This record gives sequence, structure tokens and C-alpha cells, in this order.
Amino acid sequence: MADKLVTRHLNAYFNQTRAVKDINLTFPEGKVTAIIGPSGCGKSTMVRCLNRMHEVVPGAHADGEVLLDGENIYDSAVDPVQVRRRIGMVFQKPTPFPTMSIEDNVAAGLTLNSAGISRAERNRIVEKSLRQAALWDEVKDHLRRPGGSLSGGQQQRLCVARALAVEPEVLLMDEPCSALDPISTARIEELLLELKSNYTIVIVTHNMQQAARTSDYTAFLYQGDLIEFGETNQIFTNPKRRETEDYITGRFG
Amino acid sequence: MAGTVYKESSHAFRKFKSDFMMAVTVAATIVTLIPLFLVLGYLVFKGATSLNWAFFTHMPTPVGEKGGGMANAIVGTFEVVGIACLIGVPIGIGAGLFLAEHRLGRFADTVRFCADVMMGVPSIVVGIFAYAVLVHPMGRFSTLAGSVALAIIMIPLVTRTTEEMIILVPHELREAALALGVPQWKTSLSVIVRTALSGIATGVILAIARIAGETAPLLFTAFGNRFWSTSLVQPIATLTVQVYTYAISPFPDWQRQAWAGALVLTVIVLALELGVRWVTRAPAKAAR
Repeated sequence: MADKLVTRHLNAYFNQTRAVKDINLTFPEGKVTAIIGPSGCGKSTMVRCLNRMHEVVPGAHADGEVLLDGENIYDSAVDPVQVRRRIGMVFQKPTPFPTMSIEDNVAAGLTLNSAGISRAERNRIVEKSLRQAALWDEVKDHLRRPGGSLSGGQQQRLCVARALAVEPEVLLMDEPCSALDPISTARIEELLLELKSNYTIVIVTHNMQQAARTSDYTAFLYQGDLIEFGETNQIFTNPKRRETEDYITGRFG
Repeated sequence: MAGTVYKESSHAFRKFKSDFMMAVTVAATIVTLIPLFLVLGYLVFKGATSLNWAFFTHMPTPVGEKGGGMANAIVGTFEVVGIACLIGVPIGIGAGLFLAEHRLGRFADTVRFCADVMMGVPSIVVGIFAYAVLVHPMGRFSTLAGSVALAIIMIPLVTRTTEEMIILVPHELREAALALGVPQWKTSLSVIVRTALSGIATGVILAIARIAGETAPLLFTAFGNRFWSTSLVQPIATLTVQVYTYAISPFPDWQRQAWAGALVLTVIVLALELGVRWVTRAPAKAAR
């Protein structure tokens, strides 16, 4: 089993504050890895370092290495735009582009990046992505409606479809269900299990049941440090570290 | 009841206070609206009676001769304002985009401060500036000088509204686009500006309405012209300057035409303001 994504001595800063401290993690290919930890522990920041989205925030920077198939994405020769095409991301809040229709939203990553895509090819990718995101049957008859007209859960699946349309290798999900109701959450979780055969998935969550249900591996972060990493089953049934046990049993956090 | 805090009469008294304050605000509103309706009413009364088809289609007649119109000034206004837009809109939107994307930092603060100061500069000062840098070196009044003067008035207005509208676009949309591997510049244009477009269009139309009514900066830049001219490097007639010239003239027929010109100008500006309402309504309807 190959390690798709590896971090080596990864640090992330907001101005002078170090939010993520010396993280060494491996994300195995074709598996779901969950990042858990209390609010403010640096999980989102850590994940945003994995596709160079952290540096988009004013005053933020990162050092250390993140290896995608063995290649350091923080190398000065690497274009962050290319990295983000290979490592897609879904955010906490659904963010359909308000000026675009459902199909334009899904195709946004393609049409904004390459002008010369044929109509048929575009339609094929739109349908494929929407099917992968389990949204096709609900929207196939009104693809021209604005993306914002969908419900919250549908909007989030639209964002998943939009991320999948650029055919990334890794999918980062930053608390993708925190704004959704239980039914929509269940749909997204089913989706994760379907997608992991084709993608390497990293999901940030502060819902421990969700981590236990969906992931193969779990990393526990606390105050910017990686406390424990292991198979999800082991983390939740037999944690090695005291802090992990306290957190998963609800003694703090 | 437990209500011993207030007196028996207090309900009547509170109702009186409420009604009294209501009356005061209604009175203030009426006082505000009276001048508007007087101006508009008088303008329509005086202008409409002087307005005829010839006003739109005929050239000004020689002094002392009756009749004629302001065809050249109407076309001139559109030309001067149109060229001002060609100069001012791209610069204004570009500067506004810069300010919104680089909110912090000394340079952005300086630009923002300058834009605010420029908005407060009397328009005649802008006219003098255009005279000094264009009219004087060229040795003649010109359409171009008038357009540049109007563009200078327009730029800070467009810059600041563009900035405000772009800031309103949620930060998450930018991140969503960047995370798809869309380059920064393309994100700005295709996602951020496109989302803010109706707001920016509103700002642009309001700025056009503002400059279309300017007289002072045109007096010694575009100057005015009694003859047909659409040349960029010749003096050109505009409605505002024509109205000014005719209004202070001793000829009743010219004064009559000044009223008609003022009415046409007001209708043009009014149409632009209605255009704003239409532009800002459109996205709300599309969201249904």
C-alpha cells in the first residue's frame, strides 16, 4: 500500500503564532484518514497546508515538507495552482458560485482552467461528477437552475461534484458535514465510502462518531501537536496515549 | 396587575408621544420632498412647453434667429460621457479590485485616502487641472479634455464602490475557486468580479449619472460648440454647457431652449437611476 501523501516536519504559522507543530503523518492511498481534535487544535490549518491553501490567508505561511507521490509540493519550483488541481478540497460551508447554474458550478474548475473543452466532453464530466457525488438523480432535470437554489445538503454534494470534476487524486474535506442535518450527513458519509476506491481522502471532523464510521486511519491533534496516529479501530478502542483516551471518552474537548 | 411602575394616564401619554414624533418625521419628509417636486414640476412645466421635435433634430440657429435645437449638444453629451467611461470605468474597476484584494498595507491606504480626497475635490478644480495638462499644451479646447476631466471625477467613485462590492463577496468563494486550481487572476475576474458585477454596475451607472450633469469642468475643457462636431480634438457642445450658455443669454428663445435642455438632461439622468434599480433587482429575481 503506497503512501499517497506524507508530511515531514510540517509547521504552519499565522504571523508569529505556530498553529501546527512539526507534524509527521502519512496518508495511505485509497484510504480515508480522519483528523480529529478539539476546536482550535490546528486540524483545519494542517489540512489546508496539504494543498497549499494555508498560504492564501494573509500573514500565514508554512514550512517543512509535504510529499505527494514523493514530490515535495512546497518545493520552490512547484506551482501551487498545479498542486490544487491534484489535491481537491471541500469546505465547511457549502460554497456554490452564486452567479453560476448547477452545471456551470460543476464544470467551473474545467472551464476556468482550460478554454478549449468541447460541449460534449463537458456534459460527460458534469454527469459523471454529479453521479459520483450522488446528486445526479435529484438535479438532472434542472441543471440550468442557479446552484444557490439547492438545499444545504445538496449544495455540499454539489461542491463535492465540483471538486471531483477536475479529477484530483486526493480529496481534502474540512468538516464537510458540520453545517448539515443528519440525513445529509449520512449521504456525505456514504459518499466517502464510495469514493475511497478511487481517491485518497482526508477528512477533518470534530464528530468522533463520524471519524469512527467513515475512516480507516485516525490522527488526533491537540494544540497543534500530533498526539496519536493509527488505525481508526485501534485509536477508538485501544488508544495508546492518555490524551487520546480522555478526548475520545469525552473527558475534555 | 403588578404594573404599579406607570401611572394610569401613561398609555394615553405614550400614544401622544408616539403620534407627535410620527408627525414630526412626516413633516420633515414632506419638507425634504417639496423642493424636489417644485424643481421637477417647474422643470417639466417650463421644459415640456419648449420641447419639440426640432430640439432633438436641429442645430442651434444663428443669434437672433428663432427656432433650432440642440442636436449637437445631445450627441456631444453622449460622446463626452461615453469617452469618459472608456477611460474611467476600466481604471476605476481595476483600482477598486486592487484595493479589495490588497486591503492592508501602506500603498492601499494611500490609494484609498487619495480616492476619498478626490471625491471631495470641487469639480471646477478638476476642470482647471484638465485645462492645464491638456487644453493649454494642445492649444485648443477639445472633446478629449472634457472626457478626461469627467473621467477624473468618475474614477474615485467607481473605485470605491467596486471595492465595497468586492469586499461583500464571501471570502469562502475565493477559496473555493483557488482550491479548484484556478489561478489567482482568473479567480478574481471570473468568480469575484462576476459575483459582484451587479453592485459594480450600479456604481458605474451612478457615476455616469453624476458626470452627465457636470457643467463646471466642461466650461474650459470641452468648451461648447455652435456647430456639428464629433472630433476628439475640437471643442464640442454638451447639454450642460449649452443650458448654461442659453440660460444666461438675453434672448427669450434661448432661455426657452435652456429649459428644454435641462428637462432632457434630467430625463437622461432619471433613466440612468431607473437603470440602477433594474440592475440591482435582476439578481434577486434570478435567485427565485
